[in-house]
Amino acid sequence: MQQASSTFINVGERTNVTGSAKFKRLILEGDYETALDVAREQVENGAQIIDINMDEAMLDSEAAMARFLNLIASEPDISRVPIMIDSSKWSVIETGLKCVQGKAVVNSISLKEGEEPFLHQAKLIKRYGAATVVMAFDEKGQADTQERKFEICERSYRLLTEKVGFPAEDIIFDPNIFAVATGIEEHNNYAVDFIEATRKIRTELPHCHVSGGLSNISFSFRGNNPVREAMHSVFLYYAIQAGMDMGIVNAGQLAVYDDIPKELKDAVEDVILNRHPDATDKLLEIAPKYQGDGKAVVKETLEWRSWSVNKRLEYALVKGNTDFIVEDTEEARLQAEKPLHVIEGPLMDGMNVVGDLFGEGKMFLPQVVKSARVMKKAVAHLEPFIELEKDASSSNGKILLATVKGDVHDIGKNIVGVVLQCNNFEIIDMGVMVPAAKILQEAKEQQVDMIGLSGLITPSLDEMVHVAKEMQRLDFDLPLLIGGATTSKAHTAVKIEQNYDHPVVYVPNASRAVGVCQKLISAEHRPVFAAQLAKEYDTVRDQHARKKPRSKPISLEAARANKVDIDWPSYVPPKPLKIGVTEVEVDLQSLRAYIDWTPFFLTWSLAGKYPRILDDEIVGAEAQKLFADANSMLDKLCQTGELKAKGVAGIFPANSIGDDIAIYSTDERKQVTCVSHHLRQQTEKPKGANYCISDYVAPKSSAIDDYIGAFAVTAGIGEDELAEAYKKDDDDYHAIMIKAVADRLAEAFAEYLHEKVRQEIWGFGADENLTNDDLIREKYQGIRPAPGYAACPEHSEKQAIWDLLDVENRIGMKLTESYAMWPGASVSGWYFSHPDSRYFAVAQIQRDQLEDYASRKNWQIEEAERWLGPNLG
Amino acid sequence: MTKTEQSQFRQQANQRILVLDGAMGTMIQRHKLEEQDYRGERFSDWASDIKGNNDLLVLTQPDIIFDIHCQYLEAGADIIETNTFNATTISMADYNMQSLAKEINIEAAKLARKAADKFTSLTPQKPRFVAGVLGPTSKTASISPDVNDPGMRNVTFDELVAAYVEATEGLIEGGADLILIETIFDTLNAKAAAFAVEQVFESLAMRLPVMISGTITDASGRTLSGQTAEAFYYSLRHVSPVSFGLNCALGPDLLRQYVEEISDVATCLVSAHPNAGLPNEFGEYDMEGDEMAAHIREWAESGLVNIVGGCCGSSPDHISAIAKSIEGLVPRTPVEESAKMRLSGLEPFVH
Repeated sequence: MQQASSTFINVGERTNVTGSAKFKRLILEGDYETALDVAREQVENGAQIIDINMDEAMLDSEAAMARFLNLIASEPDISRVPIMIDSSKWSVIETGLKCVQGKAVVNSISLKEGEEPFLHQAKLIKRYGAATVVMAFDEKGQADTQERKFEICERSYRLLTEKVGFPAEDIIFDPNIFAVATGIEEHNNYAVDFIEATRKIRTELPHCHVSGGLSNISFSFRGNNPVREAMHSVFLYYAIQAGMDMGIVNAGQLAVYDDIPKELKDAVEDVILNRHPDATDKLLEIAPKYQGDGKAVVKETLEWRSWSVNKRLEYALVKGNTDFIVEDTEEARLQAEKPLHVIEGPLMDGMNVVGDLFGEGKMFLPQVVKSARVMKKAVAHLEPFIELEKDASSSNGKILLATVKGDVHDIGKNIVGVVLQCNNFEIIDMGVMVPAAKILQEAKEQQVDMIGLSGLITPSLDEMVHVAKEMQRLDFDLPLLIGGATTSKAHTAVKIEQNYDHPVVYVPNASRAVGVCQKLISAEHRPVFAAQLAKEYDTVRDQHARKKPRSKPISLEAARANKVDIDWPSYVPPKPLKIGVTEVEVDLQSLRAYIDWTPFFLTWSLAGKYPRILDDEIVGAEAQKLFADANSMLDKLCQTGELKAKGVAGIFPANSIGDDIAIYSTDERKQVTCVSHHLRQQTEKPKGANYCISDYVAPKSSAIDDYIGAFAVTAGIGEDELAEAYKKDDDDYHAIMIKAVADRLAEAFAEYLHEKVRQEIWGFGADENLTNDDLIREKYQGIRPAPGYAACPEHSEKQAIWDLLDVENRIGMKLTESYAMWPGASVSGWYFSHPDSRYFAVAQIQRDQLEDYASRKNWQIEEAERWLGPNLG
Repeated sequence: MTKTEQSQFRQQANQRILVLDGAMGTMIQRHKLEEQDYRGERFSDWASDIKGNNDLLVLTQPDIIFDIHCQYLEAGADIIETNTFNATTISMADYNMQSLAKEINIEAAKLARKAADKFTSLTPQKPRFVAGVLGPTSKTASISPDVNDPGMRNVTFDELVAAYVEATEGLIEGGADLILIETIFDTLNAKAAAFAVEQVFESLAMRLPVMISGTITDASGRTLSGQTAEAFYYSLRHVSPVSFGLNCALGPDLLRQYVEEISDVATCLVSAHPNAGLPNEFGEYDMEGDEMAAHIREWAESGLVNIVGGCCGSSPDHISAIAKSIEGLVPRTPVEESAKMRLSGLEPFVH
């Protein structure tokens, strides 16, 4: 629409039951979902405001307006633009004003019924916080001549600004566009009247705007679209020059002014500008020549197929559409001088658009990952041709990514890799559990530009420190990037950065990674960025050093004296129905009902609670797509059996001895098979106790028979193979999805098994009847803390579970040297049955407890320091 | 507030950066009140549990609330907020106490009035003001409570207006100097509050300055209902607010860019009262007064703010540190804008 300069506002008019037969049918049939698509298409096609009109005799217009506006509110790609509430009934307008949070426009009010209702309505519009269209209409009727149009608008302007205090800039006059070339002589000057009135309004009434419904002008040429489109263009061309700065315009019904054939353009201009009396006859005479075949434009959805190949590639990348990517890439290749130019040109341009949209928060992570899938497919198509030309590929830079030794978690790392690839970085992904030496060797051989380390469990933090120290020792000068769930700016500043003389950057999330890497790769920006970072870290270190603990530390002795007070003599621990180990295999279908979806969305950087997130204003649409994709993957997994879940649980006689729990082989409690060691909170608790998880098991001295349970479950048997298969197919989206889904299934399995244990194996919860929501909220008796998490933070304690349950032999789950579990989608922990047992965080412990713990574990102090690092502050 | 007192507020704001008080909830928590403390004598037989109904304390533990106000005034607050965050019929329904909403507003405003007047009489050159608080209520007018029916709403605009009219009348009757619509996460709720406030002003033939303060819920930079800070400003500037700003949800470090976004467009004063950082894993706020004050001092030095204070997790220590940190700094100069139509959906649209 070339006439519409940037100062002209295009109001979408398809969501109007009086103007669109399709929209009317959808609303009358109650098909609001498809009606929303109409609104969405308009916004996608560039409408800057959308007009909504429900004035139809067969409708409850108030209800329809409220319902449609409420639905729009949940569609961020529609509701990002302002709404124009259009009705000839004030009650419908007022209903609409009560449903929009943004600043809307009312369409319209006028002096038709006199000053009193006009002023009343204007006052309310101001109070609701909206702008308004004012029709050139008064007690005598609709204004047709230039003089009447201006006179009514001027009167309205004075009343609004002087009596109501309505802001002039929020007034939009509609001086009535009427049909010309109707054959009635009085109508011939209507376009001129509008244009000239507009000019006067914009000159003499400061700050206000002028708008109009464009399609009226060509009403008499219904059925001849080419002529109508030419009339619209010509009219707008002159009206915009006169000051019309808004319009209800169907962008599909506009010709490009310069493209109109001269003969037609001249005839149309004569009509619009009323240049001579027989102008209408002349236009009527030539009109049939331009009569098109009346065929509707190509279906909107496939319209993009008619665009240039570069535009098509961009579209496919932004929309994540792989349908035509190979053929479009091929077409681009044939046009390009070298196949590499397709990557450097249109594909990178498209990815830059994606990058910008992502940076501006207009695209979300899952969409970006889908874009990457398109990119990879395109690149995969080009690769053989590039190989042939033996051209060195040019990239922004080469980045090595690895999950550190002892850790198997890689979802976040994979996402970072994909996002960086989208931004033209070459990624060398070394996978999981990579020892420092291997990382550094590979970095040297491949001559990478930087190294990124990822990790999820706390021991990985120490491994990262180790890598940094090694880099220093080996005289590396590459920047080091640090990321992963347990990493933090504070840890990076205090523990890692000081060990390495070159930049060490904490990268909080995937979207930050791009900016960081671009700065580091640039010779110009790197020193500035590095200096700025060094300063930032100094501040963080300084803050950390000055940080006083919120509560005072106390001695281990004092903490033990303040243990949870449980009245053991009057308590009888529940006796298990079955003592010993039980293996459990369960089909995925049964686990689905136990899934807690909220963390799944977090994996994809979409924050919000399930199920509310599905309806979220911003991320809802994306969340719904993800949710649908996850479920179809689950459907498939349930059917094929490619992913398996296995678990094992056991209940054993046990008693606490101090802060440890002795676990016996039989109920005679003669032989201790295993000791589970625990830590106690060591800060001052004026009101509460200093918790230690062992306190929830009856002490040996009480001579009461108590029990403890242990479990290990995985839903990841087959996950690595499946993810690998997707990766081979350049489908990172599904490779990440399979792991995210497996993680959820493992957690669901833990929930499922815990319920089974309470109800059937231990049996104390036989009567409980809880929904999944109740389970997520932990509304049952007892807890299942996992080693490595807040209440029992020391990871090596998982070994006790492995020994007790013979986990590796029975179900194949393994522990790495850092005590991460393999497969990644695994959960293990202890069961406590006491009704008072609760989760807590051990947090900071003191030197005396460190020494005590070391002696209990039979460790050197150094070893204890290593494992308890995160709790030593 | 009479006309002269109103202009006194603006006059004070022209001269210096004003200090708003800090969190009420944090201070009430320190008293470790139990069910019977909340009930007092008057509600000893109330059918439902009412522990946690902090606003009710203006009736059952007025001394505690008065004392908290005094602590904040002592710490240097120029403006104290009434303890009425949930004192609407809509939120009080959680305790079956709808019928008390108005009374709570009146009494809360009186308590704050008494405290402010006490301190104003001690230092007349530094007059203290009472901001009557209208909270967001426990329901949202533009977000559906049912995933399967995004068109559904559990509260209407008219219901919100009715609730806010009553609360506003109570605050004015109790002697508030300003009306503060705050912690806005759904703009439509706030538009209803603004509508109600205008209606009350009209019926009483008077006006008080109105302060507006929204909440950016996370790093997306949007309100819960999805608007950007600028779009949010355009949705509510029709009340001609004396100040516009942000509070809650984020600490000063994360909030800064959004305060700046508003500061760049607002033709009125700009306020900000962030949380004392983000809650840690125990739900406690770790940022101490000095650190928070350092951030806020930087805002003031950058010319972003006219009114500053604290939200969740802040205490008189924080407010005292903030008050000292901004002493003598020049308040922000409001933006002068050209006459343009400023509309908004989730995003701003200027024409």
